[in-house]
Amino acid sequence: MATALQRFGRSFILISKRQFSNSSTSCEKKIAQQSGKSLNLYSAINQALHIALETDPRAYVFGEDVSFGGVFRCTTGLADRFGKNRVFNTPLCEQGIVGFGIGLAAMGNRAIAEIQFADYIYPAFDQIVNEAAKFRYRSGNQFNCGGLTIRAPYGAVGHGGHYHSQSPEAFFCHVPGIKVVVPRSPQQAKGLLLSCIRDPNPVVFFEPKWLYRLAVEEVPEHDYMLPLSEAEVIREGSDITLVGWGAQLSIMEQACLDAEKSGISCELIDLKTLIPWDKETVEASVKKTGRLLISHEAPVTGGFGAEISASIVERCFLRLEAPITRICGLDTPFPLVFEPFYMPTKNKILDAIKSTVNY
Amino acid sequence: MLVRTMTILLSIRLSSRKIITHQNFQSKSLGFLGLVNHNSSVSSYSSLFHCKAGSSSSTFMPIGESYPHKPHALLGTLYSFLHYKSTEAQNQLEPQYTHEDKDDQANDFPGGKVSFTSEMTFISETPVKRVPCFRVLDDNGDPITYSNYEQIQQLSKEVAVKMYNNMVTLQMMDTVFYEAQRQGRISFYITTMGEEAINIASAAALSIDDLILPQYREPGILLWRGFTLKEFADQLFGNQADHGKGRQMPVHYGSNKLNYITISSPIATQLPQAVGVAYSLKMDRKDACAVTYFGDGTTSEGDFHAALNFAAVMEVPIIFICRNNGWAISTPTEEQFRSDGIVVKGPAYGMRSIRVDGNDALAVYAAVHTARRMAISEQRPVLIEALTYRVGHHSTSDDSTKYRPVDEIEYWKKSRNPVNRFRRWVEKNGWWNDEDELELRNSVKKQLLQAIQVAERIPKPPLADLFSDVYANLPSNLHEQEKLLRETIKEHPQDYPSDVPM
Repeated sequence: MATALQRFGRSFILISKRQFSNSSTSCEKKIAQQSGKSLNLYSAINQALHIALETDPRAYVFGEDVSFGGVFRCTTGLADRFGKNRVFNTPLCEQGIVGFGIGLAAMGNRAIAEIQFADYIYPAFDQIVNEAAKFRYRSGNQFNCGGLTIRAPYGAVGHGGHYHSQSPEAFFCHVPGIKVVVPRSPQQAKGLLLSCIRDPNPVVFFEPKWLYRLAVEEVPEHDYMLPLSEAEVIREGSDITLVGWGAQLSIMEQACLDAEKSGISCELIDLKTLIPWDKETVEASVKKTGRLLISHEAPVTGGFGAEISASIVERCFLRLEAPITRICGLDTPFPLVFEPFYMPTKNKILDAIKSTVNY
Repeated sequence: MLVRTMTILLSIRLSSRKIITHQNFQSKSLGFLGLVNHNSSVSSYSSLFHCKAGSSSSTFMPIGESYPHKPHALLGTLYSFLHYKSTEAQNQLEPQYTHEDKDDQANDFPGGKVSFTSEMTFISETPVKRVPCFRVLDDNGDPITYSNYEQIQQLSKEVAVKMYNNMVTLQMMDTVFYEAQRQGRISFYITTMGEEAINIASAAALSIDDLILPQYREPGILLWRGFTLKEFADQLFGNQADHGKGRQMPVHYGSNKLNYITISSPIATQLPQAVGVAYSLKMDRKDACAVTYFGDGTTSEGDFHAALNFAAVMEVPIIFICRNNGWAISTPTEEQFRSDGIVVKGPAYGMRSIRVDGNDALAVYAAVHTARRMAISEQRPVLIEALTYRVGHHSTSDDSTKYRPVDEIEYWKKSRNPVNRFRRWVEKNGWWNDEDELELRNSVKKQLLQAIQVAERIPKPPLADLFSDVYANLPSNLHEQEKLLRETIKEHPQDYPSDVPM
């Protein structure tokens, strides 16, 4: 299935400046008028949730404001279609949402919880780290909450400031027992989300909210799943390997296109699942190119890029022709006015590609 | 639309006792708990208030005439409790409190109608009278009054004797396992001493289909449900037979078969999970509820408040049982909260609540039995605060004489012992005698020693169990790490315990 899907970037409607779309209604109308195959990311998520609820009577969707469709419209129409017992609002309390989801999942249900912004997932950190992640292990596999999937929009939107922009994935990548998945596009989002919901392990699924409306591509209407813990080479190249996930891939893609003009051939890898991650695909690529650049929006220090870098040094030390480079967010809180300075932009990546190749 | 706006209860004066259905109030000093009235009626906490019984949307009023201002104005909110045994009180209410405000303007805001008042009155932070504590047996094991609660009337000899039997077993289990820890045979232990009645009586009042989400001082529920002494010992020794595969510290029991979800150490995390479990039971229309246990310290955690609020809003069949034993390790309740204990927090969330004497097995039994019926038939949460005392140290890593007087411990251990109290009642019924006692204690002791001896000899879980169950399937990083570790073990076998099979 994956090979039949169009590659990232081809059918994307990309807007070069990261701006949060205000023209939501016109955007929605446009999509509705289209054939039904071309979808933006939130609609792809919505389709996945419809399928998840349709195909499993024990699936539930809940969180803050999900009943009326959610603040990003991802749960539109679900309550009408499946009833308020299966799609419902919760009180405004993230630890309650995740704790509730763990209990629901422990009874053999598919508990699909929404955290309104990844920035607000921290009150639920204890429930995720100490409870969900260890539920199976600590009971000797007598109990599990594998049916739990936590969806949370993450990342920059152009005007989100400290608390509507964060990328907290690295915190969760330090926790054995959960999976962390980030999709890059609508068709990826649908297939990966369905995999996460049906995976027998608790999953944190970070949705790039910048792409909710901006990324549009053809999404198969049927029920399909994309494999977890499998990275994908979305652009082949020979001079340098670039690894990223989620919204950042579109920026990296642009840097690859520009580098090509300077005669540098870049290989771009979408990691998709951050833990447990697909080391082999990255390793094989770096062994071929001899160079590695990792890019993410989260602050560079302690980011997941550090883990990738360390692992690849362990495996590819003698094949590396230049130091591994990280182009990431700065080690500051996510700033409002200074967002364009904070971000790992295309030109920061392009410069790093050039200096790595010319090392 | 049912309106569930709740007024804060603490301010209410309950001076007109005549109109309360309770009989035979007795004030009893509960030591650290201060003076709490004992109450021999099982009417839930909400019976202290007037509700128009039979109406699904009742005017919610306090009983009492001495509130300085206009309580009907202040408390004129609507309340939707289906009331339990409160009609008597309603009939005797002074008419002034049943009237709507003459100036019947009301603030019709999204949460429902709230009447206006011209009195600027702050609701008091302190109750004039503390919420009384329901009990059935006095300290001598005599019923306080003739109680006609069907649950107790129907308590058969067989069940009562099993309850007593289990309470003694729990007590002896604690003594023997505690001693085993002191001898260095197990690494850690937590006793349930002083809280045997809450453990066993609540378990007896529940069905095995009810899901238990415990803290760590409720092994009695497992015992009641048939967890064997050897199963307890297996967990404590972390051997191959431990259901948890030796991964958790001692006392973190769990049993899928017995619907007892494996214990985790963090405080309060099981509470919101229990709401999710209860929601599943509700969706499946099961004749069962979720029951979650916790201590007084737990009520300061955010998860406690999250859980009570979720449970009330989602209308799920769940019983919250708080063992208010006075101490959270070394922190006494007066440094934990300023409310009248836990029971008053229930109504603030729109939850039916009751305070019981946790050292009175019959009171616990009657309250839990009734709460269960309400929780399932009415699909609602119930909060039970059981007043008790942690007679043992917090754990084997604690010496509680460093922060509380030995006299206090001794008083609760001897004079207020829940096992002795229940024994007197069982004996007075002619169901138990000294001979039975001797026989029971000898037999349990023998079983306990045997359980320890057998469990101690069972090998530890194999090394593969270090890596399994992190995920449903072994991921490649763990596969790789297991391979590396095995190579290291081959190189340096002396660095690793020899009793873990490779």
